[in-house]
Amino acid sequence: MSDLALAYLAAGFGAAFVALAAALGIGRIGSSAMEGTARQPEAANAIRTSMIISAALIEGIAFFGLVICFLLSLK
Amino acid sequence: MISEAAGSQEKEGLGDFIIHHLKDSHEWNVLGYHINLPHFKPIHILGIELDFSITNHVVMIWAASIILILLFRFLYRREQIIPKGIAAVLELFVLFIRDEIAIPNIGEKDGRKFTPLLCTMFFFILTCNLMGLIPLFTTATGDISVTASLAIITFITVQLAGMKRFGVLGYFKNLAPHGIPVFLNVIIVPIEFLGLFTKPFALAMRLFANMIAGHTVIFALLGLIIALGSIFVSPFAVGFAVFINLLELLVAFIQAYIFTMLSAVFIGMALNPEH
Repeated sequence: MSDLALAYLAAGFGAAFVALAAALGIGRIGSSAMEGTARQPEAANAIRTSMIISAALIEGIAFFGLVICFLLSLK
Repeated sequence: MISEAAGSQEKEGLGDFIIHHLKDSHEWNVLGYHINLPHFKPIHILGIELDFSITNHVVMIWAASIILILLFRFLYRREQIIPKGIAAVLELFVLFIRDEIAIPNIGEKDGRKFTPLLCTMFFFILTCNLMGLIPLFTTATGDISVTASLAIITFITVQLAGMKRFGVLGYFKNLAPHGIPVFLNVIIVPIEFLGLFTKPFALAMRLFANMIAGHTVIFALLGLIIALGSIFVSPFAVGFAVFINLLELLVAFIQAYIFTMLSAVFIGMALNPEH
């Protein structure tokens, strides 16, 4: 396979893995947030704020990988 | 991307279409008027090439600054103790930044000192993000230079605040926590020192990538209509694009909040090293 084809293949697989990892991480945060809210409904607001912050931080890291895949696919 | 696979020479491919709309460019298509923005030649100073021409993103930054100056200087009357109208909304945001972001992270007295900086960053990022959602404007924060500048401002603030309080050497001594065994310092000090640089870099990257990703998805969906060539794709593509646009609205607010909050956390960590 030519170098270009390998680069595109790597970009595709990389983006898929990044999406998978981000979805896994944020899914775990979401599930524990719901559990916490179910146990103690008064803390719902604080839990929701922390959940959104953690989700944004995890997405930040996911976007690192995404930008690298983007750069690869532009070659 | 699809541009390479399509191989047709008369129209640009999907990848080029997306990149052309996301990049900084010297012309602006507004409502059918094609504005050619001034293009100055790059200045060479000490081997670095500085390009001061006015491009898309520079115009957006200026527009955001003018909007913010108008909002805060002229619409926010200081004589009124109880603000009415749009000043009430601005006051809500400013109080939120002071009471939820600055004071819990930096401390009571220093929090008030740093609130103007945090407010500036928050409102500037928010305005730039929101203006990027209007169809004919581009996102100023979708440029790595803009987000890198904001992250450099945070970096300089953190270093200066820490060094002013503890002295230059004292600030570096604070990087490693005090009550740990000595041999752990070998691992912790390099990590903490690198962390000084990677944390603002992550700030810049996070904001930039969030903004670019949303707009890329929207352009890709809309370009799919042309790439597939049939008109029956358009209801789904436009519907999806509207949904992603609404998601982008949420992301705009969240990213501005996260940038400001992490800047406050870094400043707090430099001023109160209470590991």
